Amino acid sequence: MFEQILTHAPALAVAIPLLGAFLTPLVSKINGKLRNVFVVIITALTSFIVALLSYNILAHESVKFAPDLVKNGIQTYIFGAGSAGDPVVRIVFEVDGVNAFMIILAAILPLAAVIYSWGFMKDETGQDKYYTLILLLTAGMLGMMMTGDLFNFFVFLEITSIASAALIAYRVNNKFSVQAAFKYIVVSTIGALFVLFAIAILYGQYDALNMAVIAKSIQYGLLDKIALILLIVALAMKAGIAPMHMWLPEAYGRAPSSVTVVIIGTTLGSFYGILRVGFTIFGEQIISESNLEVGIALGWVLVGLAILTIFIGVLMALKQNDFKKMIGFAAVAEIGYMVLAFGAALATMYQDSVTGITGISSSGLTALKGGMFHILNDALDVSLLFLVAGAVYYVSKESSLNRLGGLARNMKYTTIFFIIGLVAVSGLPPLNGFASKLMIYQSTYEINPILAIVAILCSILLLATFVKVFYAAFLGPKLPKFENVKEVPKSMLIGMLVLTCVIIFIGLFPNLVVENIVTPAVTALQNASAYIGGI
Amino acid sequence: MMAFQIPYLAVAGLIIIGLYAVLFKRNLIKMIIGITLIESGVNLFLITLSFREGSTAPIYTSSPGGPMSLPVPQALTLTSIVIGVAVLALMLSLVIHIFKHYKTLDVRKIREEDN
Amino acid sequence: MSFIDSLSQLYETLNTDSGFWNPLVWITAFVIVFLIIYIIRGYGNKNYKKNTEQTKAFLSGNPEFEDKEKMHVKAKNLYWGFNETLKGLYKLLDRMHNGNTSDFILWFVVILGIFFIVLGVL
Repeated sequence: MFEQILTHAPALAVAIPLLGAFLTPLVSKINGKLRNVFVVIITALTSFIVALLSYNILAHESVKFAPDLVKNGIQTYIFGAGSAGDPVVRIVFEVDGVNAFMIILAAILPLAAVIYSWGFMKDETGQDKYYTLILLLTAGMLGMMMTGDLFNFFVFLEITSIASAALIAYRVNNKFSVQAAFKYIVVSTIGALFVLFAIAILYGQYDALNMAVIAKSIQYGLLDKIALILLIVALAMKAGIAPMHMWLPEAYGRAPSSVTVVIIGTTLGSFYGILRVGFTIFGEQIISESNLEVGIALGWVLVGLAILTIFIGVLMALKQNDFKKMIGFAAVAEIGYMVLAFGAALATMYQDSVTGITGISSSGLTALKGGMFHILNDALDVSLLFLVAGAVYYVSKESSLNRLGGLARNMKYTTIFFIIGLVAVSGLPPLNGFASKLMIYQSTYEINPILAIVAILCSILLLATFVKVFYAAFLGPKLPKFENVKEVPKSMLIGMLVLTCVIIFIGLFPNLVVENIVTPAVTALQNASAYIGGI
Repeated sequence: MMAFQIPYLAVAGLIIIGLYAVLFKRNLIKMIIGITLIESGVNLFLITLSFREGSTAPIYTSSPGGPMSLPVPQALTLTSIVIGVAVLALMLSLVIHIFKHYKTLDVRKIREEDN
Repeated sequence: MSFIDSLSQLYETLNTDSGFWNPLVWITAFVIVFLIIYIIRGYGNKNYKKNTEQTKAFLSGNPEFEDKEKMHVKAKNLYWGFNETLKGLYKLLDRMHNGNTSDFILWFVVILGIFFIVLGVL
């Protein structure tokens, strides 16, 4: 019954927020409340279309809504005509299992942020520009995660970085926000320029910009090595991997809280770019018989960087006294966990002596599943913590932990949400952080015990960090300056409730999520030939 | 044969000079000029890829014969130039706000507070 | 939901390669142990004298001030022992995180060089 929508769903998911972004200033001239309702409706509509698209790709054959649109687990959408041409000249959106996984993430986060900012941004000026930029950011993020064309990826990457930089500097009377936005735009631009350089090298070699066409005809010469390294390191800088992570806590910490939630989605979109380049475009070359040592070397270098990231993130987080900067450093450490899982999986490649096919061993497969699952869990948990930090700032106008105290007496619901976020981020049972971290601990222990020891130790240190925050901000005697503090407005509570419900659902039924959403994504990631056959 | 390598050497030179300006200069405006140099180098690289020897511009419908340069990298370069202009405008307006707050343009003094 | 094959898929355990995890079994075990502890606690002494020393917070013999600002331990003093022991390491980390924009790009070029050397280009 949804056939008509599903045929055009990949394009609608980008077009609706874009259209909403351009209509928002006009609607805002009529009335402020009407604009808020309009933006919430547009975001809800986008989430609905993304949910339909993901369901259609990930469900079993018998329960899909439109089974003939999805061939071999991939839905292709060609802009402008029926066929892509030979050679391929049109822009193609190719949505396979990994993309269906990432766009679920990209649809939940803006919905929570927009509902939250109804109450959070009530007294600020310039709100029409704020909502326009958030809708633009949503459109750019969804386009980045669905596209099958390398230059299109670069264009969406730049759209999201320009919109994010303008949103980080939203409060221009605060001098720290402006300098954080400047550092973000410098780092973003240099990363994007090197990505464009690598795309130009690949175009010059193979005369194609489409990811599947390049993957079909790629070799592993000197120029291809340069292109691979430039792409991976520039996208790693945008994803916040140490030692290039220093812009991340400042940018996350000085932006308004609802903006940080959407920027988390963008950072994970750049991480998805690394996966797409490493596993699919260069997949046949890195995971092949002749170049086995390349894949293993790349895996061990990524593991080294990941350990550095986890240590630096956790040690700096313990020392901070600013609420949001501390959560920013914890977010850096969590990205280190994801890179640890993927690097450890690449490092276990072996060649089957009987059949001669190379592959990833079974513990490496669990590591891949754990890393993928952790992307979803980490985005939800850290977003919930940032929304709580925003609620505390809204009530007390203080961002430093040295001047807070005793807030739990007046803000009961916010305290409960903070406890749920604390338990989820540090990986305590029974919430979702434990499920994904258990998979990472057990699989990396079989590869090398030191990796698992480092991972568990730093999880415990993360718990120590957030217990410090909980004591300093929420517990303690009632301070006289917070005498008249009331609970935050209902729309902010509903925004936090959306994220909490998803966290508790994934925590109670992890096998449901792993079997139906994560395993198809991991299978699609390893299967580069299916992606090539999608054109 | 050496004449056809000069654009590639120019690309390498522009990118290295741009990276030097971003890494070692202390004025914010000089850092932005360095970013513009890197961007110009990458655009030059894209255009150089589209050149064929003895070719004409790919804008004719009924061409005077002979080979034509590739049109696709020229379209990519136009997109990249427009993105570069937008980013440059945003960076310069942020520098104006930074100067109003910090009263200096030294990159070592523009930092977070310590607490 | 026809997404799931049967309703029993909701209660299955998550199988990692060398272990398993089932949150519903864990929650039932937690609730049973909590009930046992609550019943044992109920056998204790229920009487206390109101409005005497028994209801105030225990401060190890220190005096309690009227000004609540001074009573609350500030966040920068909370993990003092840990911060003092690792002062050398933190001095190194602070020099790395000085907020200088050129240093961000310097680290990018260094990591680019390391990757080039490892993957065999240089």
